[in-house]
Amino acid sequence: MKKGLLYPDAGGLYCPAGDFWIDPLKPVPRAIITHAHADHARSGNAEVFAATPGIPVLDHRVGGADALSACDYGQPFELGQARVTLFPAGHILGSATVRIETGDGIWGVSGDFKRAPDPTCAPFEPFACDTWLTECTFGLPVYRWQDTTEVIDEIIDWWQGCRDQQRPAVLFCYALGKAQRVLAELHGRAEGPVWLHGAMQPLTDCYRAQGLDLIETRPVSAAEKGYRFAGDLIMAPPSAAGSPWMRRFPKHGSGFVSGWMRIRGNRRRRGYDRGFVLSDHADWPALIQTAQDMGARRVITIHGNGEALSGFLREQGIDSEAWNLRQTLRQA
Amino acid sequence: MKRFAALYDRLDRTTATNAKLAALVDYFRQAPAADAAWAVRFLTGRRFKRLVNTRELREWTVAASGLPPWLVEDSYEHVGDLAETMHLLLPDAQQDQPTPTLHALIKQQIQPLRQLDDEARQQRVTELWSSLSGSERFLLNKILTGGFRVGVSKRLVTRALAEVAGVDSSLIAHRLMGRWQATPDFFQRLIAPASDDDLDQATPYPFFLASPLEDEPETLGEAGEWQAEWKWDGIRAQLIRRGGQTFIWSRGEELMEGRFPEIEAAAETLPDGSVLDGEIMAWRDGQPLPFAVLQKRIGRKKPGPKTLQTAPVAFLAYDCLEQDAEDLRDQPLRERMTALDQVLHKACGLHRSECIAFDDWQALPELKAQSRERGVEGIMLKHLASPYQVGRKRGDWWKWKVEPYTFDGVLIYAQPGHGRRSGLFTDYTFAVHDGNELVPVAKAYSGLTQAEIDRLDRWIRNHTRERFGPVRSVEPVHVFELAFEGIQASPRHKSGIAMRFPRIHRWREDLTVADADRLDDLKKLLPDTQR
Ligand SMILES: [Zn+2]
Ligand SMILES: [Zn+2]
Repeated sequence: MKKGLLYPDAGGLYCPAGDFWIDPLKPVPRAIITHAHADHARSGNAEVFAATPGIPVLDHRVGGADALSACDYGQPFELGQARVTLFPAGHILGSATVRIETGDGIWGVSGDFKRAPDPTCAPFEPFACDTWLTECTFGLPVYRWQDTTEVIDEIIDWWQGCRDQQRPAVLFCYALGKAQRVLAELHGRAEGPVWLHGAMQPLTDCYRAQGLDLIETRPVSAAEKGYRFAGDLIMAPPSAAGSPWMRRFPKHGSGFVSGWMRIRGNRRRRGYDRGFVLSDHADWPALIQTAQDMGARRVITIHGNGEALSGFLREQGIDSEAWNLRQTLRQA
Repeated sequence: MKRFAALYDRLDRTTATNAKLAALVDYFRQAPAADAAWAVRFLTGRRFKRLVNTRELREWTVAASGLPPWLVEDSYEHVGDLAETMHLLLPDAQQDQPTPTLHALIKQQIQPLRQLDDEARQQRVTELWSSLSGSERFLLNKILTGGFRVGVSKRLVTRALAEVAGVDSSLIAHRLMGRWQATPDFFQRLIAPASDDDLDQATPYPFFLASPLEDEPETLGEAGEWQAEWKWDGIRAQLIRRGGQTFIWSRGEELMEGRFPEIEAAAETLPDGSVLDGEIMAWRDGQPLPFAVLQKRIGRKKPGPKTLQTAPVAFLAYDCLEQDAEDLRDQPLRERMTALDQVLHKACGLHRSECIAFDDWQALPELKAQSRERGVEGIMLKHLASPYQVGRKRGDWWKWKVEPYTFDGVLIYAQPGHGRRSGLFTDYTFAVHDGNELVPVAKAYSGLTQAEIDRLDRWIRNHTRERFGPVRSVEPVHVFELAFEGIQASPRHKSGIAMRFPRIHRWREDLTVADADRLDDLKKLLPDTQR
């Protein structure tokens, strides 16, 4: 593997010029964390740089407030020999892509990103770079997202259908990012309150504290004993599905909001009534469009199965390869 | 097509049986008979002759999507279902195209594909792809690929039709048996009130299926009220003699015309208006032959004299459903046994599956223990007062099978499953030790929990050694206990053996590869003659 501005090592993705790691897989002296999802943000790093709007959530998720340095989007700062700038990734509140410039060139690194509009975070901002490290969670052409409004219409219709039958509508989605995005999309389009699982409450509070308009919510724990949630919308993380907690919602309908719901088998296996295809990641066309927008001569896929995307880009005449960061860590 | 797609969406968007039933009832009430007949055909899982092969469909998808062929293949491997993969890869349809009815789509667009040349077929299908959107296009692809599993059982469709028709669902099940065409006329007859003469001569009765006995037979009550029979390991079949004609139906509702001439010849001696339930067995001198012998006859449409000689079969009758053109299914088993004796008495060349004499339940375990020796799968227990019911109804008929053999095998290959398991690695190949080698001995795809399947799937993806098309070889690490029903010598397999009904019993995470079984030990289970 060619060594460049960055390469995978035992800690994760390492930049020797700046002596830091991006989204390290284990504790390191100096880290840039792109966003607070568990596969990117881990605790125990001595020094952490992250985008300013992401700090409260990151602090809530991994703690270590003393070690956190807030970096404004678009404001370059120096780390060792490297000049680093964080740009909005459009993934979740405070998510960032990383621009690294040294005498050897410019690299762009994505944590996770999307190009679809999201009322809870700043939109993805492309910047020119020589090498682009792109996430590739949905790196196959079967993944193409429909308009968010259409999906929200579907969710509201389904909720209404459950309401007509006086059943609770339990909507599963990831507790950080997706839940708040859905709550923001529902704001002004539907009548609250929406009931929240305990895991979603503090994160949603973080979002509200930053001035985001979300539909009215209430914690499920605040409901009176014996309340049956007939016709109400309840949001919960996927881990709650099938747990005893679900007994609070007799005869409920269930839905799951995720890009994985694009594939019928994924939904049927999980046993949800409905799958709503809404993702905080780039779909296949957006992955390709972004590789072009970044103007990179070389594209490296990280996070996800990138063989298909890198193969496709190579056929388009772009120098491309797939890195498997986890594999590197295991072998080290 | 719009209405059928809407039905599909309703079925697909709920996991509740009652909601599915309501969706089906609404559809069958509202849809024109011409469409409804096709819907019945697809939803009951009747095979639809494939008019386009999958290679062509993939090529046309490549052309219509503009993607490289390998990427279409990768996508297919990921999704696991070709109809869905095509649907997801094709560009969005043009809006506001008029949609044909289901009947018109099949009659005017799909069936004529047969007469078109390759280029014209591609053009026709590509046009359809660009004119249908959403579920309509997905369903078109399902029809083109000939498979139709959409999460409703045949039993549920039968119940819905029974509700629409206002008749008993066993009558609908009967009307759905055998040969029929998806015509408006057929649908009208299907939902008509009960009458005597609406069934074709060849129509078989729905099979009554036994349930596995999980408790000891003592729990069934008075031993004297029960009949015991050997459970044959053959092909369950219904033998019909009506109007001077013979029809043999398999349990899979396949008409086995011409395949078993010796049985057809014997059936000619049956009195007209007789229907027998029984088992087709490979049989010689009053003894069953191994299932492998029967396998030589399965799938052979017209066996030659040599096959007839080396693989003789017999029909072992164990129930009489019709005597003198009278439906006996409501009569108690005791009476039907008398009828069976009377019918067989007049015929020759057909065998009676003898009942096992036993005085009390204590005698049965010992008899059951003889099963393997006798070449049977175990014992059937049937209540002497039981009517012949439809489908699998618990209570009156039980199968008490011998414990399966088991062995510990190492997972060496995996490939993605289909249908419900699509996209996950769920089809596994297991190996045992042969000297310093691991040789594959069994393929299995059932027996794990969903959580285990998910975990194993992740592990497989991260520990792939090599890819051969959709198949991956993985590091030999995981050991599983597999059950199987028997073993036969097989020169076609590298291991030299073929297993019958291998399935996963459990994941033995407590075992290492060294603990897995050896081929020599498995070979000890071969019948003496094959060792
Ligand atoms: Zn993320
Ligand atoms: Zn991620």
